[in-house]
Amino acid sequence: MELAVRGLTHRYGDMVVLDDISLHIPAGEILCVVGPSGCGKSTLLRMLGGLEQPDWGEVLQGGTPPEGCLNPLTYVFQDFALLPWRSVAGNVSLVLEDHRLPSDRVRAIIQDVLARTRLSDFHDALPRQLSGGMKQRVAIARALAVNPAVMLLDEPLSALDAQTRELLMEDLVALWERQPFTGVYVTHNLAEAVRLGHRIAVLSRRPGRVREVIEVPGPLSERHAGDAGLEAIQAHLWALMRDEAMAADLELLDA
Amino acid sequence: MPEIRVPFRGGGFRPEARRGTGIAVFLLLLFLIEWGTRTGWISNLTLPRPSDVATTLGDLARSGALWTHLLPSLSRLAVGSVLGISAGVGVGVMIGLFSYIRAGLVPLVAAIFPIPKIALLPLFVIWFGIDEGSKYALIALGTFTPTVVATYGAVDNVDRGLIRMGQSFGLGWWSIVRKIVLPGALPGILSGLRVSLAIGIILLVAAEMLGAEHGIGAYILQAGALYDLERLFAGVVILSCLGVLTSWAIGKIEKRLLVWRS
Repeated sequence: MELAVRGLTHRYGDMVVLDDISLHIPAGEILCVVGPSGCGKSTLLRMLGGLEQPDWGEVLQGGTPPEGCLNPLTYVFQDFALLPWRSVAGNVSLVLEDHRLPSDRVRAIIQDVLARTRLSDFHDALPRQLSGGMKQRVAIARALAVNPAVMLLDEPLSALDAQTRELLMEDLVALWERQPFTGVYVTHNLAEAVRLGHRIAVLSRRPGRVREVIEVPGPLSERHAGDAGLEAIQAHLWALMRDEAMAADLELLDA
Repeated sequence: MPEIRVPFRGGGFRPEARRGTGIAVFLLLLFLIEWGTRTGWISNLTLPRPSDVATTLGDLARSGALWTHLLPSLSRLAVGSVLGISAGVGVGVMIGLFSYIRAGLVPLVAAIFPIPKIALLPLFVIWFGIDEGSKYALIALGTFTPTVVATYGAVDNVDRGLIRMGQSFGLGWWSIVRKIVLPGALPGILSGLRVSLAIGIILLVAAEMLGAEHGIGAYILQAGALYDLERLFAGVVILSCLGVLTSWAIGKIEKRLLVWRS
């Protein structure tokens, strides 16, 4: 499935957060959205999945979702959003329960996604018993369970430490290689953007506009930390964002 | 080489469970009163002797009078608080979920909450009869308002991120309420129940003092009228036990239902 954004504009009160955003996300490709804090990238992502309504403009979906898709536009959240009173398997089954699937099919799906995220041994564990990286893998397993057409990832690795982030990036790449999904990946981390994005959209800050869309060459599986080509792209991105990131840092909240 | 050991400055500010301390304080107090009344520096008009109160309690249990007073009280408390708490949880959840219900009912609840419900007992007697009905109604109303306030506060505190997650996976409204809002509000609702049940016990006694043949409240009132301090305190001890017992029961329920909390 593909997504398109046309002329998206949104304001909170008098402040324009998104100004005439137009983007196209072709099927099977991951678009990373980067920008300084307060550029409205999370707002944009909420609009892509229909969790928030833009003042002007529209989000369009094209193509048919794959066979057995239960929830075409599926999120992975920064704070994991796991139900603390449900086990790992219970959290996955939550998103299957409203679809009236036969119970052996539900069990099979849970087993499959837990195996794909290497969580089979933690079937009955509660979220409080898991590390941050494992919690996010549960959230990814939950997203995979509905066989999504588009994955909307909102800073999924930002709450994790650097080592865990590296491991999870490899996991995400492996999952995409196995079954390429359309993805929108919002992050403020430029290293993640160059590793996981086929293209990177740079947003400016307040009003959020698309400053540049950069193609990152090379298949995801062949990108590694410290790659010279990727470093160069990352440096270019940073040069685009640096002044605005500094301005964002110096701003009073609620001013 | 430095040689002064860095002094320890952390620790404290974290009360821990100390087994038996509560009982020790309680026993010490009892012992002081017993000793005071025996030596005479506490006159027996001021406080009854704990051992006499214990004897009175023993007699009460042996004669079977304990049950004729305790059973009606317990059934009043049970019926009244079940009515009040279930209505309170229902209304509280609705206030938490619907803007119009919130706008309409929150001021009303705030207006009803501070009314001493005992003052309404004569009215309740007219409405619900002099028998059990008025007592049920009084306890129900008394437990209703604190339950409503605790419940809608608990619903407000449910992580909105979890609700957005439910919506983003296309869960139905009823599924979100049942699987996300209610379990998320449960800790707050349960801690509200402690307050509600304590208020329920207070109102139970008040209602029984105003018009009942049997019941702990009636028993205490009779003892007070005769200035029979041993029996009065025996009644008070039974009430304290009831309070401790309900609090303990809620603690047990919390342990069972809230294992997921760290």
